[in-house]
Amino acid sequence: MLAVLLAALPFLIGAGLGNSWVRVLDFVLLYVLLALGLNIVVGYAGLLDLGYIAFYALGAYLYAWLASPHFGLHLPFWMVLPLGAALAGVFGVLLGAPTLRLRGDYLAIVTLGFGEIIRIFMNNLNAPFNLTNGPQGMNLIDPVSIGGVSLGKSLEVAGITLPSTYLYYYLFLAATLLVIVVAMRLQHSRVGRAWAALREDEIAAAAMGINTRNVKLLAFAMGATFGGLAGGLFAAFQGFISPESFTLWESILVLCMIVLGGMGNIPGVILGAVLLTVIPEALRYIGDLQRATLGQVVVDPADLRMLLFGVALVAMMLFRPAGLLPSRQRKREFSAQDGVAEQEQASLYDTKA
Amino acid sequence: MDIFTQQLINGLVLGSIYALVALGYTMVYGILELINFAHGEVTMIGAMVALSVIGVLLGASPDLPGLMVVIAGLLVAIPACMALAFGIEKIAYRPLRKAPRLAPLITAIGVSIILQNVAMLVWGRQYVSFPAILPRGQHEILGAHITDLQIAIVVLSLLSMAGLWLLVEKTRLGRAMRATAQSKEVAELMGVNVDRVISYTFIIGAAIAAIAGVMVSAYYGLAHYYMGFMLGLKAFSAAVLGGIGNIAGAMLGGLLLGVIEALGAGYIGDLTGGFLGSHYQDVFAFLVLILVLVFRPSGLLGERVASRA
Repeated sequence: MLAVLLAALPFLIGAGLGNSWVRVLDFVLLYVLLALGLNIVVGYAGLLDLGYIAFYALGAYLYAWLASPHFGLHLPFWMVLPLGAALAGVFGVLLGAPTLRLRGDYLAIVTLGFGEIIRIFMNNLNAPFNLTNGPQGMNLIDPVSIGGVSLGKSLEVAGITLPSTYLYYYLFLAATLLVIVVAMRLQHSRVGRAWAALREDEIAAAAMGINTRNVKLLAFAMGATFGGLAGGLFAAFQGFISPESFTLWESILVLCMIVLGGMGNIPGVILGAVLLTVIPEALRYIGDLQRATLGQVVVDPADLRMLLFGVALVAMMLFRPAGLLPSRQRKREFSAQDGVAEQEQASLYDTKA
Repeated sequence: MDIFTQQLINGLVLGSIYALVALGYTMVYGILELINFAHGEVTMIGAMVALSVIGVLLGASPDLPGLMVVIAGLLVAIPACMALAFGIEKIAYRPLRKAPRLAPLITAIGVSIILQNVAMLVWGRQYVSFPAILPRGQHEILGAHITDLQIAIVVLSLLSMAGLWLLVEKTRLGRAMRATAQSKEVAELMGVNVDRVISYTFIIGAAIAAIAGVMVSAYYGLAHYYMGFMLGLKAFSAAVLGGIGNIAGAMLGGLLLGVIEALGAGYIGDLTGGFLGSHYQDVFAFLVLILVLVFRPSGLLGERVASRA
């Protein structure tokens, strides 16, 4: 039932809302991928990471280097995507290693600095040798092609024309389902339980024989790997990347998705990613709404869009402080007696020392 | 002209602005353990309000003395920012005081988006320029130039910091703030009105931020609805560098970050043999920040807290 719905979704949306919304749908899936990756670091292991988008950028740039006219390389996607994910994973460890001793907001600021450093390098490495083409970004990136069929062009199957966005939808859907399965299995694995222990109480976790250093590094590496994968897919889908796609705001947006949806809980994270991708798009219709109700466009909808997005963010958080779909454990802790709740919250999902 | 002294002066000027903004972050963090993401935007609003007042005054009579006009702008901006911060705390943070720690972080981000876009609607997307009405004297020390404005910024910053220090160390309110930072519960038992103290903390931070906002727009000669973001980011980094929650740390961190940035921008080309240009100055700043934190995980002046209570 769900499978049929997911398979038919681009057709339903394409017919109901127009093909531009199928593109939005593709981005929803990309953000779900990113949010699930960040959820491993923040939601599972309780390490606040504000530079997550750097891994997305690394995956995207590696894809662009290995599959675009920039260096004249055109490797197939099944080679490039894992390489991008692996590169991001390595950088995850590189970032994680020196920051092992840091906790809480110190960690947040270091990851933030790391994200900015990566972005500044991407922005400026067009000289002395042209590695990233600077602020102009890199274009003409190869689309994914499977078995000789390029996903960058429309495809005709049994008399139905499938535009590129539809094809990518299925690719992204496959990747998302894969990542969901991995994330779910991880959560209940030995490592996943070690992460939960680490998140709740690091000292107790160490006392129980958990190698906190390795477990933390693993969380960084796993989260980064997912980010790198999503980055590669993004580069292939978009065909063009520039440092502008990888600003701190993107990191913050992904963090908002998981906190808003319900940290640590996969359905919550997915819901958060869907909402925060769709709301800004839906708010593009404010212009039409103004014409319909007031007879004219009073305020430029582009100006109002982000404002309303901010209002929605605040309102949703005030309305559901534990997230829209909190995990069962969290819900219980949240509705517990005041004293108990406070005690538990002192160590719950917070990242303070 | 001596480049080193010149960059040192530029760094100190910029650093004292960072320090002022950092104070707001660190005070709120010390009490609530909240990264008040909207603080940078409060600074921006301060600059914008002051510029509007300056514009109105100059429009009314263009021959008013420049210094008076700027001070008038500042005197309007400060209460405006105080009221704004009071409202933000009341609406977006207070209801979430008992929520998980990341929840108020998200509302802070939301408020920051709201303020940016309100500012964009009110003041437009363009840069708002700061009229050249301030005295523009220039002095020479040790082979470097320093302008009247730069001196004024440093002096005013130091005065604000001294004022804040007196407030925190010597007054009843300051004692209540320190008590609240140590333990809200115990402070409450001792008769401290914790809610009011938290409100005051936000208000005081915002007043200082308004001063910083006016100074930064006067220094660069312009203001922009987006300017609070990077400024806030740098100031927060400065607060962390000094040891977040620690007021002296924020001052030290701010000055240090400003100097590092300026020297980095001045010398990075020579250091790397022309490989990296001055647009890497932010990389330099963040790199130093990361290195400091790697070797001193709780910042320069931060106390070493037991890793978990």
